[in-house]
Amino acid sequence: MSDKKHYKLTVNGQAVDVLAEPRELLIYTLREQLNITGPHIGCETSHCGACTVTIDGKSVKSCTMFVAQADGKDITTIEGLGSPDGLHPLQEAFKEHHGLQCGYCTPGMITRASKLLEENPNPTEEEIRFGMAGNICRCTGYQNIVKSIKAAAAEMNAAKEAAE
Amino acid sequence: MIPAAFEYHRPSDMSGVLAILQEHGDDARVMAGGHSLIPMMKLRMAEVPHLIDLQDVGGLSGIMVGDTITIGAMTTQADIIDNDALAAAAPIMREAALQIADPQVRYMGTVGGNVANGDPGNDMPGLMQCLDASFTVVGPDGERSIPARDFYEAAYMTAREDDEVLTAVSFAKPAGGYAYEKQKRKIGDYATAAAAVQIVKDGGTCVSAAIAMTNLSDTPVYSQAASAALVGTSVDEAAVKAAVAAMLGDIDPVEDNRGPVAFKRHVAGVILARAIERAWSRA
Repeated sequence: MSDKKHYKLTVNGQAVDVLAEPRELLIYTLREQLNITGPHIGCETSHCGACTVTIDGKSVKSCTMFVAQADGKDITTIEGLGSPDGLHPLQEAFKEHHGLQCGYCTPGMITRASKLLEENPNPTEEEIRFGMAGNICRCTGYQNIVKSIKAAAAEMNAAKEAAE
Repeated sequence: MIPAAFEYHRPSDMSGVLAILQEHGDDARVMAGGHSLIPMMKLRMAEVPHLIDLQDVGGLSGIMVGDTITIGAMTTQADIIDNDALAAAAPIMREAALQIADPQVRYMGTVGGNVANGDPGNDMPGLMQCLDASFTVVGPDGERSIPARDFYEAAYMTAREDDEVLTAVSFAKPAGGYAYEKQKRKIGDYATAAAAVQIVKDGGTCVSAAIAMTNLSDTPVYSQAASAALVGTSVDEAAVKAAVAAMLGDIDPVEDNRGPVAFKRHVAGVILARAIERAWSRA
């Protein structure tokens, strides 16, 4: 009954073909089949947000999607946002403003924050806290995460203005 | 967490969905955003040998705003929040949707899934009862409409037959003041108690009211008695007290990790009083 099937995904701009049972959770496909280990498995129960990726323009907890549902979708993970040599402004800001301690929640935080800033490029502190409510951090107390996102927003807005 | 194996179906139209439901009966279930069903499957509290993903079925999402408001079953909570026409016509929808789960879940969770699942913790069923909504379901014998106030029979048991699919919710554009008030332990939690209230005011008098409560029984509770307690009054302290007392006669909470029965009844009273006061101030 549950034979493996081929699924076509676009992950960080690259077309990939995976062979998996439909019940495989997308986070496992990303981590174990594609070696994309940025998105983490935290609670695995849709609460913590460590597994957050962007799918067709929506922030999604990839522990709560079967790979079969993701067939044909465009997926962006933290690996698709920046690189060690060219950090995304959010990555740079988290580094500068101590937006992380252990770092476990950080890929999910930054991936979610990237979508938040796309929808609302100049959020207030309250909007940041509300928009990040699906991501849990057990280290920072959130203060520096909020600060980092605010700083990244300012940086990205300044860069956009300079480009215009 | 690994759910039990299943056959995955992604039909492109409703007749395809209905055909699979006909063929597999109880063994098949439809899934919208999956954010109620997938967690249950992961815990193996739900086993679904044939999973029917509705994402490719056209015509199931979208919001139509007129004298009647119709919302397609696959419309997400995020779509509800983003829709300015809906927020203007029925602001209680946005107010409630903003209190459901968290941003990621709201991108995926749908109105149809929320109302059809029959989970007493879901917020939309009580809200739909407050708004006196109707649910459209389609099955092998065609389409029919079921009032939200008659839809819920027990936890996860509804008036929808196994071979029917809920395709839309609709309700008359609400009048007057509104409030959706929810007490929860943390973001993403279900309500300890929640209240949906719509009140119409004429002069200084309440001429109609609708009150429904969430997660305080094994179904949402539309409290006719609480609604009636407000009508004809100036919604003063005595009227609010009477409405709360009437509501407490209609709910039947059970003890769980959100607290003992006495606490839940206390919270229900506080939440309803707040909701009535806020709705009245907006009427």
